[in-house]
Amino acid sequence: MRRALAEIGPPLVGIAAVVIVWAVVAASTDTTAIPSPAAVWDAFVVGVRDGDLVAAALRTLIRLLFSFVIAVSLGVSLGLALALNEFARRAIRPLVVALQITPFVAWVPLAVLWFGVTERAVVFVAIVGSFPAMTLATLQAIRQVPPLYERAGRTLGARGWTLYRRIVFPAAMPGVMAGLQQAWGFAWKALMAGELIVATAGATGLGHLLDRQSNDPAAVLATLAVIVVLGVAADYLLFGQLDRRIRGRRGLLPES
Amino acid sequence: MGERATRMIDRDPTPATPKLAVRDLTVRRPQASGGTIVAAAGVTFDVAVGEFVCLLGPSGCGKTSILNVLAGLDPPSAGQALLDGRPIEGPGPDRAVLFQEPALFPWLSVRANVELALELLGASPEARRSETARRLEQVGLGAFADAQPHELSAGMRQRAALARALAADPAVVLGDEPFGALDAQARELLQNEVQRAWMESEGRTTFLFVTHNVREAVLLADRVLVMSAAPGRLVEEFRIHAQRPRDLDDVLVTRVVSEIHELLMLEVFEMGEKTSDSDA
Repeated sequence: MRRALAEIGPPLVGIAAVVIVWAVVAASTDTTAIPSPAAVWDAFVVGVRDGDLVAAALRTLIRLLFSFVIAVSLGVSLGLALALNEFARRAIRPLVVALQITPFVAWVPLAVLWFGVTERAVVFVAIVGSFPAMTLATLQAIRQVPPLYERAGRTLGARGWTLYRRIVFPAAMPGVMAGLQQAWGFAWKALMAGELIVATAGATGLGHLLDRQSNDPAAVLATLAVIVVLGVAADYLLFGQLDRRIRGRRGLLPES
Repeated sequence: MGERATRMIDRDPTPATPKLAVRDLTVRRPQASGGTIVAAAGVTFDVAVGEFVCLLGPSGCGKTSILNVLAGLDPPSAGQALLDGRPIEGPGPDRAVLFQEPALFPWLSVRANVELALELLGASPEARRSETARRLEQVGLGAFADAQPHELSAGMRQRAALARALAADPAVVLGDEPFGALDAQARELLQNEVQRAWMESEGRTTFLFVTHNVREAVLLADRVLVMSAAPGRLVEEFRIHAQRPRDLDDVLVTRVVSEIHELLMLEVFEMGEKTSDSDA
């Protein structure tokens, strides 16, 4: 209990500070463009009661998971392939870097051109926005494996694919984890951009919801809060914990 | 080294074929700056089956490079490296290597590290379990089987690495200054383990260790081959006849150590290595 408190105490203080500043700003200005925290809370409660917010969050999460799984599979395989083959690395890595630095919003028009105003266009944007990060992180993680592990593995009789499966890939895990975390963030952002812009008729999703609420600032902020909380929760609960476990086993965490 | 000078290399391994042979071996190492340096120049020696040989020389004399070639991790630049009379083409579990650092895999427990060596040989799960338990018990780590490598002291890690190296029952054990980074006590413990492992193999297992520590070489080896500073060449050979198990305090050991020191400190170790030999 003390541990848990020590864990979530500081972030709670940070959030409370933001809410206080926000409340003061909202109270001291007159415009409806800055709704008070209470108004946003009300909008949130209404959204939940209507089921709008919940349905949208669910749809978005399913889309996100789908895109993320594809992006990670693609990124890890491509990163591994590039690590294995120098020619492929020199030929393809610059292209992946180019994809990586392209703002994902820039993909939206092309996605609509290719897939129309559809679900697929949105998912495409999320995948293309996140798999380059996964690819580059995997490649980097594998190339940074200390040569000693590979040499030790080879003297123990590990060769070819076995060497990769049993030695190189496990050794690269901390770096791959970092890539996973990064790709999750990118997929989340790209998906929001896609949903916000590609407003398919009758589609649901947090981004779509934002688009439809544009005349209701309190509702927009409520939706935004849900987006942020879901993103942070997944990052912290899923990747944060996994990362801690992987690092802890290897003695890479500072003593606490 | 006259005894092998007249013999030609046999094609098939007979008892007379040395376990390891190095013929006029030259190793060049690429430098970060782009050039290459000659690490070892025209080195020739044999190691007989079951023999314990130490390659002694100052840092940078190419002894580690020679070891890496024998391990199959690096190719020779010129000359030959032979195992049972055949050119070495790559690493294999028949030649265990103890690296300067323990090289345990940090994502695996101590037990899983040793079991992996057996798994790579194709051992059955039961054989893996029992053999791993036996090897860890042997080096005094039975109680630490489930620990992660980072939870052990440097000396324990190197002992675990020794257990892993011996698990595959290799024909050759190559040591690349595996005691170098240890404190005096841990070093002595590990030296004893190595000595015991060699004695227990009863002439089946061949050991070749490189070191820059004269006392260590004399303590362990049947034969000490002394190399010059870079580019490394063999300059002297000493046979150590002291009874085993040996102790650093044995009269004979001490005498041979000072003999080697006297002979070599000035001509070979003038590259500033004197201090590192007094810390064992």
